[in-house]
Amino acid sequence: MPRSKKATSPQPATGSVALLIGTRKGAFVLRGERTRRTWKLSAPLFLGHIVHHLVLDPRDRRTMLMAARTGHLGPTVFRSIDLGNTWKEAKTPPAFPKAPEGQKGRVVDHVFWLTPGHPSEPGLWYAGTSPQGLFRSNDGGITWEPFSYINDDPQYREWMGSVQDGTPDGPKLHSIIVDPRDPTHLYFAMSGGGVHESVDGGRTWTSLVQGLDVVEGFDSADITVHDPHCVRLCPSKPDRLYQQNHCGIYRMERTEGRWVRIGNNMPKQVGDIGFPMVLHPRDPDTAWVFPMDGSTVWPRVSPDGKPAAYVTKNAGKNWTRQDKGFPRSNAWWTVKRQAMTADAHEPVGLYLGTTSGEIWASRTGGTNWTCLARHLPEIYSVEAAEL
Amino acid sequence: MTVQIPTALRSYTKQKRAVEAEGQNLAEVLSALDRRYPGLRFRIITEQATIRQHIRIFVNEEQARNLSVALRPDDQIHIICALSGG
Repeated sequence: MPRSKKATSPQPATGSVALLIGTRKGAFVLRGERTRRTWKLSAPLFLGHIVHHLVLDPRDRRTMLMAARTGHLGPTVFRSIDLGNTWKEAKTPPAFPKAPEGQKGRVVDHVFWLTPGHPSEPGLWYAGTSPQGLFRSNDGGITWEPFSYINDDPQYREWMGSVQDGTPDGPKLHSIIVDPRDPTHLYFAMSGGGVHESVDGGRTWTSLVQGLDVVEGFDSADITVHDPHCVRLCPSKPDRLYQQNHCGIYRMERTEGRWVRIGNNMPKQVGDIGFPMVLHPRDPDTAWVFPMDGSTVWPRVSPDGKPAAYVTKNAGKNWTRQDKGFPRSNAWWTVKRQAMTADAHEPVGLYLGTTSGEIWASRTGGTNWTCLARHLPEIYSVEAAEL
Repeated sequence: MTVQIPTALRSYTKQKRAVEAEGQNLAEVLSALDRRYPGLRFRIITEQATIRQHIRIFVNEEQARNLSVALRPDDQIHIICALSGG
């Protein structure tokens, strides 16, 4: 792993925030005033498209990429260079190589995850797909090519498993992370297929699964059965990672190289299963999760129908329930892994989208929640863009 | 020959319902279409040169199962979005 360089902790943002919302039926932008008290919802973008991710490039604050497909049409990436006013389609969207005659090649079903590259590499983006594939663009999302060797590596293909080993919506490559100190230090995760790290710009990768639990009856030494739901790197302490996994909440001090199940400190009746993992932009000890019922047949809704975020302010030693403003009962929410995020303001704003089409926000780091929008299509992703 | 374009693809053809394209087989016709309307082909044909799950292509009234189907100049091609994909 790379030497520990000091990371710079960014100053709190003071501008306006836009929520970039990907849904089952198109994308929306919910634009806030500087106070974050009033918000205005846009008309739908690409109505009817299945939008898994919509991301603003923080390096220029103008370029936006959208991972989209429709029920009929194949996957693509749309690109805007004017903050979403006009859009063009990628010339060559992410696609696996054509297999030699007589062999069966893979087909990208959808682009699932988009990550802008390092600030020193303008125009560079990464994409993760379903089924699991890692792709890169060097020209701001116009053309995409397979990145690294993992898409066709026999060992990685074994770890990726089959469609049956992935989520109900297909196996996914996600949580592509670029170390803010070093553009060649990368991570990605696969559902299923574990967490992986490269310290040489993707030339070689090593698996990071030590300490992770797996579903009962499986062997934790088998990378295939590891199902990280969401992995995040602390921007203010890049040697610290947090993870919401199929089997609990974890933290890793990269210098130690072992995941520690900090979810064991969650209330037992709530458990530590969920999808998103949200980190404070400046405080590496503060993180949020949004628990889902992971019992019996894995309902994956708010436990007991009572939605709540949980926050830790000491790196996972203790967790505090944050449900003020949420419905008190009979609210069977599901929040997907890309559908909860934080802004960079002080206090930190938190935002989440439900599969039932509601956007909820807290301007106070989770202590009070209000509903910003409802009646949207099924929400897949929410990104807080600093304008 | 004439290729009928479904509503889902007309953003590529400047809203034209039907366009002309030439080729000895379906693969050539779709390549010609993609040269004129970039991006169209990949939305209906996978990177493995198979017709996408929820797309159907008919040559006259016969469903094409692959892109090697031979064509004549007066053939009618219909690209259809299958009902199940919405």
